[in-house]
Amino acid sequence: MVKDLLLEIGLEEVPARFVRAAMEQLKEKTEKWLTDSRLAYEQVKAYSTPRRLTVLVRGLADKQADVSEEVKGPSRKIAYDENGALSKPALGFARSQGVDPDTLFIREVANVEYVFAVKSSLGVETSSLLPAALPALVTSLSFPKNMRWGNYELKYVRPIRWLLALHGNEVVPFEITGVKTSNITRGHRFLGTETVVDEPASYVDKLLAQHVIVDVDKRRETILAGIKSLSEERGWNIAVKEDLLEEVLFLVETPTVLTGSFDPSFLDIPQEVLITSMREHQRYFPVFDGEGRLLPHFVTVRNGDSRSLEVVSRGNEKVLRARLSDAKFFYAEDEKLVIGNALAKLENIVYHEELGSVADKVRRVRAVADRIAKHLRLETTELEDVSRTADICKFDLVSQMVYEFPELQGIMGEDYARKAGEREAVAKAINEHYSPRNAGDRPAASLVGAIVGIADKLDTIVGCFSIGIIPTGSQDPYALRRQAAGIVNTLLVHEMEITLAELFQLALDVHAGRGFKREAYDIVNDMQEFFSLRIKNVLSDQSIRYDVVDAVLGAGVKDVRRAVLRAHALQAATDSESGSKAEFRPAVEAFNRVCNLAAKADSKQVDANLFADEAERSLYEAWQQAHGQFLDAVTQADMAGALSSLSSLSGPVSTFFEAVMIMAEDEALRRNRLAILSLVADDVKQFADFSKLSG
Amino acid sequence: MNFQQMTLTLQQFWAEQNCIVVQPYDTEKGAGTMNPMTFLRAIGPEPWNVAYVEPSRRPADGRYGENPNRLYQHHQFQVIMKPSPDNIQELYLESLKKLGLDPLDHDIRFVEDNWESPTLGAWGLGWEVWLDGMEITQFTYFQQVGGIDCQPVAVEITYGMERLASYIQDKENVFDLEWVNGVSYGDVFKQPEYEHSKYTFEVSDTAMLFQLFSTYEGEAKRAMDVNLVFPAYDYVLKCSHAFNLLDARGAISVTERTGYIARVRNLARQVAATYLQERERLEFPLLKKGAVNHG
Repeated sequence: MVKDLLLEIGLEEVPARFVRAAMEQLKEKTEKWLTDSRLAYEQVKAYSTPRRLTVLVRGLADKQADVSEEVKGPSRKIAYDENGALSKPALGFARSQGVDPDTLFIREVANVEYVFAVKSSLGVETSSLLPAALPALVTSLSFPKNMRWGNYELKYVRPIRWLLALHGNEVVPFEITGVKTSNITRGHRFLGTETVVDEPASYVDKLLAQHVIVDVDKRRETILAGIKSLSEERGWNIAVKEDLLEEVLFLVETPTVLTGSFDPSFLDIPQEVLITSMREHQRYFPVFDGEGRLLPHFVTVRNGDSRSLEVVSRGNEKVLRARLSDAKFFYAEDEKLVIGNALAKLENIVYHEELGSVADKVRRVRAVADRIAKHLRLETTELEDVSRTADICKFDLVSQMVYEFPELQGIMGEDYARKAGEREAVAKAINEHYSPRNAGDRPAASLVGAIVGIADKLDTIVGCFSIGIIPTGSQDPYALRRQAAGIVNTLLVHEMEITLAELFQLALDVHAGRGFKREAYDIVNDMQEFFSLRIKNVLSDQSIRYDVVDAVLGAGVKDVRRAVLRAHALQAATDSESGSKAEFRPAVEAFNRVCNLAAKADSKQVDANLFADEAERSLYEAWQQAHGQFLDAVTQADMAGALSSLSSLSGPVSTFFEAVMIMAEDEALRRNRLAILSLVADDVKQFADFSKLSG
Repeated sequence: MNFQQMTLTLQQFWAEQNCIVVQPYDTEKGAGTMNPMTFLRAIGPEPWNVAYVEPSRRPADGRYGENPNRLYQHHQFQVIMKPSPDNIQELYLESLKKLGLDPLDHDIRFVEDNWESPTLGAWGLGWEVWLDGMEITQFTYFQQVGGIDCQPVAVEITYGMERLASYIQDKENVFDLEWVNGVSYGDVFKQPEYEHSKYTFEVSDTAMLFQLFSTYEGEAKRAMDVNLVFPAYDYVLKCSHAFNLLDARGAISVTERTGYIARVRNLARQVAATYLQERERLEFPLLKKGAVNHG
């Protein structure tokens, strides 16, 4: 026999950003409990709105599965006395397992005989498990931020206001923070009422009748359909940003899409300002025409039906008008801003107590950026652009607009710099140097922006590491991980010929004037490790296999670009589907053997006069040729070519191992042979630690 | 509904929910939370329900009475209920109806907003309440006040009266709001807005304010040394206001800022701890009375 099970946790409005994860967690924990409890079921479905987290189990078995498992006891030697009767330990084992001693039997495990018991237990009724299991499930949910309320001890995401727990048509009785379970749910806060859910399967429809679309996908479709019909009706291009849609989805139970307008005179303000105001502060979707120009309209989603929609629309217009009036005022005020004066003000803004003012930071960024630009052999104009960009990249921090809308840093800088007559490349780069601004964002498009961006981020990371601010676990208040990942991605996109070690050194030299609290050597080591992890993530994002990632990281990642290319070359060579894996296998075995033996070498001096076997000469000559090819390929960043020059040694290495005894008794012979292997190993180890590859 | 009727309506409503209605506190403060009726009473096990209007001074927000939305001094309507009632959201929504805001004609949402006051060593979780996209109320479950865990938890509801009124009266400019028949908000507050702004940004005596800050700080400590919590707290509020005036004048650099905030916070923490001790010494009188029923 099977029944359905329904559990709904009724809450005060849960923060939108937590709801989906909480719903998924509830589903996973329910499934895990069902499996662990040997309860069969057909399907688990989860639902959520701002006010509820729900799980519905369809076709839940009425009883746990019976179980019979074999339990290992003492060895035969111990289990029987000299008369062949069961010993005390064996009897104790039977008792502890709750079985008749006569039912014990012998089985061999790894050549030793042991006594075994078959322990069986009958499954119990599901209904007897639920009253304890469900409250445990509810309180087991974890959230990023918890609170207490009233007189209760429980810490939870928001206060629990009702609990619906229904097994078949029976309420599962339990109580949490004074709230007792029932078969009653609550409808939409304003449009609906309380309603009885007589059986779990009717839950979704019952709530629909109370103006709650509890199915997340359905609610999303409703919002998107509303936006689509509006855009078709008006000929608008409504920009639906995924993260905003997701937030709106968890702010409403009954979505109704509506629109409003603002005075076209506000369009004089830069688009980014208007869009930020609408998106970030009001959760509106901005509206564009066919050519991507912003229109003086917005789209928002109400938590309710279409009654008095014009009132809601007018209210929203009023709020936006006040916000945009402020923005317009600040924008006009900022016209008085002179870049030189703004830079002087940066002297008084503390960047970090131990790292000086923002002006101090800017001076360091300028020095690092100049050095990177010189290293990359930029032309004079570009060198000048880098210097100028670095000098003024933070001037907009003292503008009114950035004070009010911090997320517009750089965007306002670009606009104001252009107005002030700065070169176009400089204006663009001021904005770009913040890129990538978030996880999905692209690195700076221009080389100038990329260089200043790397210098800025590097300064932050080196500065923080030098005073012991190193991200651990979830602690990363200065978003250093994101910034390091930004550096890595920027280096890759621009194919910059500069190694991490060189970058670290540049930044440390510039910071050194400050005097370090920690040894420079320790800082570099920590940074190397920190960046290795970022590169590891970049490689994983590019679908590189874990073993390949480990192999490549095992050889060090000073040169980011080549590390990534090495990974791709190695992944291609060891792809099991294309069949290249089997082909490449002997080379891997050869490399590993070479590297193992090379560890015993104490010299790299090869003496051709000591060759006793043709195989020694042919390996040495093969290496000389391959080595040249290898170095050329690496210089040209042709890492597939580098790998194939290494692979060409696979045959000569095998022949060498077959033909000669490496660890010869004659010391001179032995040293000479190990020296050849050591030369080969040096190249191999530059490419990857092949022993990390999975078989 | 005019501004005066709004205040009276809210007072009446929350009085009916067993809140004692008190008058604004007579020392300058930046928010209703700083009123000892909230800051101190939220601490400790005693039940406490209170409602009051709080004129709140934010010197840095002064705009000479020229900005339609920003004010040197605005009005908060503050409700504290400890322990937080199970139906507090419903009560709040009911109060909006009393102000003539039918939820069916509007879009009312509870949008996550966590509150923190570094100067008070206090934080809580809750929402800002949106009315057709406008933030009209801050709704917070206090978790810590003066560095002390709140047990039981008090809920704080802070209505932004000017914002609500501008919506209810459909006015673009705060000074055009009707305070009471024929008297506008501007009639009452335009001149003080101008004068306070001018004083704050142009006239205030920085050296004297620094001096006052230290004097108030010293006096707060002296009062605390003899366990006089309420007088000590008054001087903490005065410190805070002196700091706000200095800050608005641009007299405090960013580095110093942290230091001054820490000084106020330390005082606030000490006051909170002493308050709890003193109430304990008095054997938590309101606890003994059982649930306070002021109705």
